[in-house]
Amino acid sequence: MAHAIAFYTLAAFILGFAILVVTTKDTVHSVLFLVLDFLFVAALYVMLNAPFLAVIQVLVYAGGIVVLYLFVVMLVNLKRPPEAHSDPHRMTKFGFGLAGAVLIELGAIVVSGYMKAPAVTSPAQNLPVSGNTEQVGWLLYTNYLIPFEIASMLLLVAMIGAIVLAKREL
Amino acid sequence: MKYIWLIPLLPGLGAAINGLLGIRYFSRKASGAIACTMMLAALGLSLVAFWQMLGLPADARGVDVVVAQWIPSIPLATSNGQVGMFGVPWGYRLDPLSGMMILVVTGIGTLIHVYSTAYMADEPRGGVARFFCYLNLFCFFMLNLVLGDNFLVMFVGWEGVGLCSYLLIGYWYEKKSASDAGKKAFITNRIGDWGFVLGVFLIYSTFGTLDFRAVQNAAATMPVEAMHFGVLSFICLFLFVGATGKSAQIPLFVWLPDAMEGPTPVSALIHAATMVTAGVYMLGRNAVLFSHAPYVMTIVAIVGVLTALMAATIGLVQYDIKRVLAYSTVSQLGYMFTAMGVGAFSAGAFHLMTHAFFKALLFLGSGSVIHAMGGEQDMRKMGGLKKYLPVTFATMMVGTLAISGIIPLSGFFSKDEILFQAFVHNKVVWVVAVITAAMTAFYMWRLMSMTFFGGYNGPAWETSSHAAVATAAAHHVPHPADPHAHGQAHKDDHEVSHGPADTHGHDDHGGGHGHGPWHGPHESPTPMTFPLMALAVGAIVAGLVGVPIAMGGSNAIEKFLEPSFTASESAVAGEGAAKGAEASAEAASAEHEAEPHVSVNVERGLMLFSLFVAICGIAVAHKFYVKNPEISDGLAEQWAGAHKVLSNKYYVDEAYDATVISGTFAAGKGLWTVDRNVVDGVVNGSGWITIISAWFSGLTDRTVVDGLVNLVGRICEEGSFWFRKIQTGLVQNYALLMLFGVFAFVSIYLFMR
Amino acid sequence: MPITPTHYMLLSAALFIIGVIGVMVRRNIIIIFMSIELILNAVNINLIAFSDQLHNVIGQVFAVFVIAVAAAEAAVGLGIILAFYRNKESVNIDEMNLMRW
Repeated sequence: MAHAIAFYTLAAFILGFAILVVTTKDTVHSVLFLVLDFLFVAALYVMLNAPFLAVIQVLVYAGGIVVLYLFVVMLVNLKRPPEAHSDPHRMTKFGFGLAGAVLIELGAIVVSGYMKAPAVTSPAQNLPVSGNTEQVGWLLYTNYLIPFEIASMLLLVAMIGAIVLAKREL
Repeated sequence: MKYIWLIPLLPGLGAAINGLLGIRYFSRKASGAIACTMMLAALGLSLVAFWQMLGLPADARGVDVVVAQWIPSIPLATSNGQVGMFGVPWGYRLDPLSGMMILVVTGIGTLIHVYSTAYMADEPRGGVARFFCYLNLFCFFMLNLVLGDNFLVMFVGWEGVGLCSYLLIGYWYEKKSASDAGKKAFITNRIGDWGFVLGVFLIYSTFGTLDFRAVQNAAATMPVEAMHFGVLSFICLFLFVGATGKSAQIPLFVWLPDAMEGPTPVSALIHAATMVTAGVYMLGRNAVLFSHAPYVMTIVAIVGVLTALMAATIGLVQYDIKRVLAYSTVSQLGYMFTAMGVGAFSAGAFHLMTHAFFKALLFLGSGSVIHAMGGEQDMRKMGGLKKYLPVTFATMMVGTLAISGIIPLSGFFSKDEILFQAFVHNKVVWVVAVITAAMTAFYMWRLMSMTFFGGYNGPAWETSSHAAVATAAAHHVPHPADPHAHGQAHKDDHEVSHGPADTHGHDDHGGGHGHGPWHGPHESPTPMTFPLMALAVGAIVAGLVGVPIAMGGSNAIEKFLEPSFTASESAVAGEGAAKGAEASAEAASAEHEAEPHVSVNVERGLMLFSLFVAICGIAVAHKFYVKNPEISDGLAEQWAGAHKVLSNKYYVDEAYDATVISGTFAAGKGLWTVDRNVVDGVVNGSGWITIISAWFSGLTDRTVVDGLVNLVGRICEEGSFWFRKIQTGLVQNYALLMLFGVFAFVSIYLFMR
Repeated sequence: MPITPTHYMLLSAALFIIGVIGVMVRRNIIIIFMSIELILNAVNINLIAFSDQLHNVIGQVFAVFVIAVAAAEAAVGLGIILAFYRNKESVNIDEMNLMRW
C-alpha cells in the first residue's frame, strides 16, 4: 500500500517536472526543474532497491551534468527568449500528434503485453558478495571489465573533445 | 635428235634478246644479225634432225622429246563417266610431217630474215629491232605449233602465231589502216580459235587425253561415221572452223587481203608460207580423225574448192600487186583444203611445201618491185620493168610458171596430184578446181604482164632539180625527185601503201640505201635478190620429190608422209586395238590402192589436160594484157556489174559489217544500256533505300531513343525538385521523421501480433 | 493493485514521450539537450525496474553505463553549442539550417 502511494507520488512529480522542463520559457528555470526531476528519479531508484544507482544519479546527473548545463546557460547569457521567430517549415502540431500516437501505442503494447505474457522468472544470480553496491562493483570489475574500461576511454575522449570544441583559438 | 626442243627455242631466244635489249641498244645490223643467226642455227638443227630421222626405218620415224611437265595431272572427268587424269607435258614430236614443216619454216624463214635486213633498212633503229623480235617470235611459235605432240602445245603455237600476225601486220601502227588490219586479222583468227578450242574440249571429253598419238590410236578403233554425224564429226567440224580462221577459208578469209598492210617480208613469211598453212598442217596431223568423219571431209573439200574459186575470181580484177598475191594465197589454200577434203592428205601437204616456195618467192619479188618503185603498189603505174629489174623478173617468172602448174616446175606436180585425187573422189570438185587452175594461170600472167611487160606507166624521174620538183608539185604530178610524192597520191581504197614513207627513212642512212630523190626503178641489193634466187631454185626442184608413179617417179613424198597420216601400229596394244589398227592400215592401203581403179593412162591424160588448161590461161592473159590491152578494158565495160562485184570482193566485208559487226556493237550498246539502267539502277536504288532507311532510323533514334533517355532525365529532374524539399535543414524536422519511422514500426508490430 | 513492472514501463514511456516532444518542439538547443537527458532517464527507469523484478544486478550495471555515456555526450554537446554560439550569437535551432536544400 505504502509502496503504491510512494510510487504514484514519485511518478507524478517526475512527470510533472518533466513537463515543466519541456515547457518553461526561461532556461534557468528549466534547468532547475531538471535537477528536481533527477532527484525524484533517484528516490525512485531507492524505492527499487538500487541505492548505489540512486547515489550515482545524484552525483553524476544532478551534480555534474546539470551543473554543466547551468554553466553553459550562463555563458550563453541570453537576455531575451530565443524563441523569437520560428521557421515556417516546422510541423509542431504534427509533432504533437505523432508523439501522442506513439505514446498510446506504446501503452497499448505494454498493457496488452502484460495481460498476455506470463510472469517471467529467471535463474537466481549468485554472486559471492551480497549487498547492492558490492554486487554492482563485482560485476563491473569482473564480467564487464572491458566495457568499463572502454567507457572510461570514452569519457577521456569526450573530455578532450569538449576542450577542443570550446576553445577560443586552437 | 634429242635436242629438237632447241629448234623453237633459238628463235625464241632471239626474240627475247631483240625485244628486251635490241630495241634500246642494238644497231640495225646487230639486231638483224642476231635474228638471222638464230634462224640459221635453227635451220641447221632442223637439217640435222631431219637427216637423223631419215636414217630411221620408215615405220619408226617418230621421236618424242618431253621437256617438262607443263600441267601436272589433275583428275578430270570425260564424257563416258570415267575420271581421266588431265596432264599435259611440254613435248615435241619429230615425225615425217613435222620434219617437213620445220624445214619449210626454218628454211624459208631464214631466207626471209635475210631479205628483211635489206628491206627494212629504212626504218628507225628501234623499229628494226622490234621487227626482228616479232619475226623471231613468230618463228618460235610456229615451230612450237608444228613440233608439238599434243593439242595444247599446238594451241600455244596456234595462238602465238595469231598474236605475231597481229603485231606484224600492225607494224606501222601509227597508220590507222594498218592497225585496223591487225585488229581484223586477230579478231577473225580468234573466232576460228573458238571453234578450235571447242574441238579440243570435245577431244578431251571423248578420249581423255590430248596427245596426238594417243588420240589417233583411240580414234582408229572407233568406227567410221559414214552414216551419221557423231562425236568424231563434231570434233572434226570444230577443228575445221579453227582451220578456216587460221588459213583464211570461207567464211573467215576476210583478214588476209587486209593483212597486206604489213611489210612485204611479213606477207611472205606469214601469209604465204607458214601461218596460213597451220590450218592445213593441223588437218594433216589429225588425218586419222578426219578419215573417220566423211561428212566433214566433204564439207572441207567443198569449202576449200569454193574458196579457191571465189578468191581466184576476185584476184582477176585487183590492181594492187600484193592484193593479187593475197587472193592467190587464199585460192591456193583452198586447193590444199580440197586435197585434204578428198582424203589426199599427202597431196595437200606436198602442195603446202611447194606453195611455200613459190608464194614466198612471189611475195618477196613483189617486195623487190615495190622497193624499186619507191613504194608504189598499183600495177597500173608499173610496166616494162623487165629491163630495170632483171633478177627480180627472172625469179618471179619462175614463180609464176610454178603456180600456174607448168611442167617440170614444182607447182605442176603438186597441183596435178590434187587435181587427180579430186577427179578420183569427186568429179564436181574436180571441175571447179580445173576452172580455178585456169583462172590462177590467167591472173598470174596478168600480174607479170602489167608489171614487167609493156611500156612504163610509172612516174618519171630525173636527176635531182628543185625547179623540176616544184613545177611538178604545182601541176599535181608526182615527181620522182619530190620526196613527198612517193606514191602517196592517187590512192583508191583498194591500195595499201608501203607505209608512211614520207615520215620514215629520210633521216639516217645506216645500211641499205635510203630514200633520197628517186632515181628510177633499180635492182634490189644482194640481201634481197639472194633469197629470191634461192627460192627460185627451190621452186624448180621441190617438185621432184613428188613425181607420180604414172610418170616414172616413185612418189616419194607420199610414201614418206604416209606414217604421219595413219595411226601407228606399233603403239597400239591389245587384240581389239590391233584389229582396229590392222583395219585402219588396211583401209589406208585400200585407199591407196583404191585409186588405181583409175588407170595410169587416165592419170597421164589428166596431167596433160591440166597442163593444157594452164597454157590456155596464160595465152588468154597474154592476149588481153600484152598484145591487145584494150580488150581487157572493153570487157570491163561490158561486164561492168560483174566487174564491180568482183572489184568489191563480193561485198563480203560490207556484209559482215552490216550483220555481225553491227550486231555485236548493237548488242554491246544494248547491254551497256542494261548495265547503266538496270544494274546501276539496282545499285543506286539500294543506295537510295539505305539513305531513306537511315533517315528513318535517325528519326527514330532522335525521337524515340533519345526521348526515352531524356524522359529518364526529366523524371529525375522533376522528381528531385519535389523530393529535395524534405531536406529543410531543420534538425527537428529530421527528428520528426525519425519519430515517424518509430511510429511506423511500432504500428506494424502492434498490428502484426 | 501491486506495482508491477508494467507501471514502471508506462512511466518510462510517458517520460520518454515527454522528452521526445521536447526534442521536437523547443527551439532552444539547450532545452533540447535537456530533453535528451529526460529520454535517457526514462530508459534508466526501465532498466532499474526490470533489474529489481528479476533480482539481477546486471540491469544496474547497464544503467551505470548509460549514465556514463550521457555524461560524455552532454559534455561534447555543450562544447558544440558553445562553439556555435560564438559563431552565430544564437542558440535557436532554426538558425542552424545550413544543410537545407
